[in-house]
Amino acid sequence: MKREVPILITLVSGLFCLIAFFVPHPFVHDLYGDVQNWAIVVVGCTYVLGVANLLRINVRQAQRREGDWFYKIVLIAGLLVTMAVGFSEGNHYSDVTSRFQWIYRTFYSPMTSTMFALLAFFIASAAFRAFRIRSPEALLLAIAAFILMLGRVPLGNAIHPFIPNAADWLMEVPQNAAKRGILIGAALGVMATGIRVILGLEKTYGGTGEGGA
Amino acid sequence: MLGVERGKAGVHLPAAVSFATCLCSLLLALHVAAFPLKASDTPNDGGGSITLEWTAPQPVAKEWILVRRERGGTFAPVTTIEGTVHSFRDGAVQTGVAYEYQLVAQPTDPQLDSEVSAPTRAVAAWFDRTKVNVLVVAAIFFFLLFFYIRQAESGVRWSFRKIPGLAAIEEAIGRATEMGRGILYVPGVQEIDDIQTIASMILLTKVSRMAAKYETNLLVPTNSPGVYTVAEEVVKSAYGDVGRSDAYRSDQVRYITSEQFAYVAAVNGIMLRERPAANFLLGAFFAESLLLAETGHSVGAIQIAGTANVHQMPFFVVACDYTLIGEEYYAASALLSNDARLLGSLKASDTVKIFLITVIVVGSLLLTFGQSWLTGFFSTQ
Repeated sequence: MKREVPILITLVSGLFCLIAFFVPHPFVHDLYGDVQNWAIVVVGCTYVLGVANLLRINVRQAQRREGDWFYKIVLIAGLLVTMAVGFSEGNHYSDVTSRFQWIYRTFYSPMTSTMFALLAFFIASAAFRAFRIRSPEALLLAIAAFILMLGRVPLGNAIHPFIPNAADWLMEVPQNAAKRGILIGAALGVMATGIRVILGLEKTYGGTGEGGA
Repeated sequence: MLGVERGKAGVHLPAAVSFATCLCSLLLALHVAAFPLKASDTPNDGGGSITLEWTAPQPVAKEWILVRRERGGTFAPVTTIEGTVHSFRDGAVQTGVAYEYQLVAQPTDPQLDSEVSAPTRAVAAWFDRTKVNVLVVAAIFFFLLFFYIRQAESGVRWSFRKIPGLAAIEEAIGRATEMGRGILYVPGVQEIDDIQTIASMILLTKVSRMAAKYETNLLVPTNSPGVYTVAEEVVKSAYGDVGRSDAYRSDQVRYITSEQFAYVAAVNGIMLRERPAANFLLGAFFAESLLLAETGHSVGAIQIAGTANVHQMPFFVVACDYTLIGEEYYAASALLSNDARLLGSLKASDTVKIFLITVIVVGSLLLTFGQSWLTGFFSTQ
């Protein structure tokens, strides 16, 4: 029963969502909206579990003075203070002048921007490795990348108008063809995976209970 | 002759005047006749909508005020429409109630107003006919799926292309075991309702079982509490499946944060501190893909990535040792399990792919020769 009931719920809700895709009638569509709202409620409840897990792990590590324990205290303090400030402001927590927003703008936003900005350096190091020519395919990749990069800056056009046109052609024809091929394959993969899960063919995620791999 | 004519005219004068009056009235009527306004139920919707179409004679009004009434009621304005527009969808009606419409010219000129439309009811459809093409492909897919599953159950086996990334999963876990270091499994940054995350949970089962079997430490930082809840259950069950429930620790699966770059910072920190020997980046990734993969590369971990997000694939291809691209990612669980029924679903998927390639080629040829019916059938807009 422990395995059959979840599979049955998956089957019923999966087939219902599939039917709702084709049926616009409010009788089905309104119920579909309700099901989606239930999912939001369930996800909302999981936040309690998530935060409890976060606190439990970090408090334990801080208590044991494990590596970088000081950062755990910063994390716990940040979480609790932000939550307390947010709750104390009630419905006004999202106002531009609220203290909650001040915390967001002053601490969170710059740190996030910093993380994102690091991407530029990672792209440089990844590009350095990607463009090492060790095979005919890598040579092709390097030539295509060179034309594309040159075609995307004014210098390319200054050298010859053919270069931006070649860059556009690379993006619109070979790149697009490969991308669409991957997308069609992925879409079929989505269908296959979805049907496997809905029909209960793929049930390894629930555990086999067989005691063997 | 003239006298006779005059005499006749005199005799028929009232009739002639009457005829001339009628003619003038008719000509005037033809000039200012109210044009028809066609109202019909908007097809393939859930009701609550009526579509209006008209062709106003020249000169058209600068603007129209669309007025509406329930049958027998009084007209009330709905909206103002530009004079050059020829259709409007009124999405604020009650299903099943009969409505009449009229276009009233602005500036006011009763001669330019439309006729009152016939009473029309909005009806809720039970099937969206614009999705017939999707239904056809889905039906073919379902039919093939059950056909190949039946074949698989009767003992038929097929061979599939080897995917290096899948073969490398066990190798990566073995390497981590030999080095006495851990495995890091990142299930992407989407919610649990995303199909890529669901596929990632299926793969997590396989990885967890191997990790449990080899007694290798597995760490799963998650980006969403929903994913955390499912991943915890998946890993716990997998440890139980191989008889190693005692080895499972509750801190192996962690909820980090739902914020994208805060999550990246935390996972990168874990990579740098724990220095895992194997990184699995399987799921839906966005701008964080290269940040994670490059950090993993810098700590010397063997990296296996898989995603269906086309824009992130180049980053993974560059920075990871193995990458499962698009459909390979979705096929991975079936290929790893070697379960005949799951392989049957792969065979069905491949057959539909051949069908779609044929349709694309035939559609392109037909379009080249001016026939657009096949392209039109598969249009989704």
